[in-house]
Amino acid sequence: MKPFAVRLMAAAALLSIPAALSAHRMWMLPSATVFSGTDGWVTVDAAVSNDLFFFDHQPLRLDGIKVWQPDGSEGALQNGATGRYRSVFDVKLDKPGTWKIGTQMSAVMGSFKADGVEKRLGGRRGPPQPGAPAPLTVADIPANATDVKVTEISGRNEIFVTAGAPTTTVFKTTGKGLEFAPITHPDELVAGETAKFRFLVDGKPAGGLKVTVIPGGKRYRNDEGARELTTGADGVLSVDWPTAGMYWLNATLTDAKPTTPRATERRMSYVTTVEVLTP
Amino acid sequence: MRPTTFLLLGGAITAPALTALVSPASAAPAGTVTITIPRLNVAEYHKPYVAVWLEPVGGGTPKTLAVWYDLKKRGNDPGTKWLADLRAWWRKGGRSMAMPADGVSGATRAPGQYTIPLPADVKPGQYVLNVEAARETGGRELVSVPLTAGGRTSGKTELGAITLSAR
Repeated sequence: MKPFAVRLMAAAALLSIPAALSAHRMWMLPSATVFSGTDGWVTVDAAVSNDLFFFDHQPLRLDGIKVWQPDGSEGALQNGATGRYRSVFDVKLDKPGTWKIGTQMSAVMGSFKADGVEKRLGGRRGPPQPGAPAPLTVADIPANATDVKVTEISGRNEIFVTAGAPTTTVFKTTGKGLEFAPITHPDELVAGETAKFRFLVDGKPAGGLKVTVIPGGKRYRNDEGARELTTGADGVLSVDWPTAGMYWLNATLTDAKPTTPRATERRMSYVTTVEVLTP
Repeated sequence: MRPTTFLLLGGAITAPALTALVSPASAAPAGTVTITIPRLNVAEYHKPYVAVWLEPVGGGTPKTLAVWYDLKKRGNDPGTKWLADLRAWWRKGGRSMAMPADGVSGATRAPGQYTIPLPADVKPGQYVLNVEAARETGGRELVSVPLTAGGRTSGKTELGAITLSAR
């Protein structure tokens, strides 16, 4: 019983927070990103680990993962299963075009002091524990509270797969938080060609944004192989792909423009996995 | 003129080379392409998927001339599932085509030489001819050659000699 409980807590702690806060990396790995034929299925591994793309730590929870069809409407996730180290699910690509699969999370973290006692907002990270008191929210901060520190956290973790000819409807941005607005279609990446991706914050170009690009296959080389790239003033990131393969992209940004009342800071993260093919 | 013609004759042993004798090679536009699918000594052999297409040199809309795939495959998918493995062709326009395509798609071919007529309205030097082959349990290869009569190249693994001849 104890190992299970410990494990559950560890999983809960790690899985619901954006990559910005953890050395561990959230990732989704599609079986492929380019599909032909009339009966296309993509199967996806989803996990949290240090080494990409090896599931050796915790699974990514399936509750928050959604599917967007090429027309932007919601699609279905099928055959979902969560194992010790990874989750797996399928999506039937029964419509031509580009599909988006991913999670979007937002949370509020923080602490305050009331009557000399420090209390935490958001309670335990992760899903509610049985028997635990309801987590405190911003509304629970009493008038006499001191040392109020509230941080808004948001994150997106998305992958894109295409059946037939690529489309761009699923790239439509909301104008909220850190978003990915690709110029080069993420399912048209080829080794030796430069890809351009634009990042937006609240719908405006995210200039000077640091983006980490890490190739998969960590176990079979010595170096991490991570590259720290920076977007230009127009929010555009240029990425060269030295070799074909799967790559993990992660951008994080902290600013002082939260939308949550009483919050002073917001942390945003964006994660995607892209596939680069040989020419 | 003569040396070019002879060179061409030496290279392509198939019928198109004979017709090349009649019309001098360098002046005439390429009329046919001959593609060699090599015989491979492997334990498990499947006939390759092959795509043949023209691309304007300065970029532009590619034109697919032939796609050979397993179009008689039964089941949920009529052989099109693996067309994306012809990944250069797929990206350059294959993904926008409906299959089967009239006058373009056909069954996979056994090892041997195959001659495909080129469209009459293409001008020499303005296009590159691409041939891509992908084989189940095997490799994938892309071979490109400028579209001029007498043009020739050869694949190393999945494709043999590719020869362009005047009509």
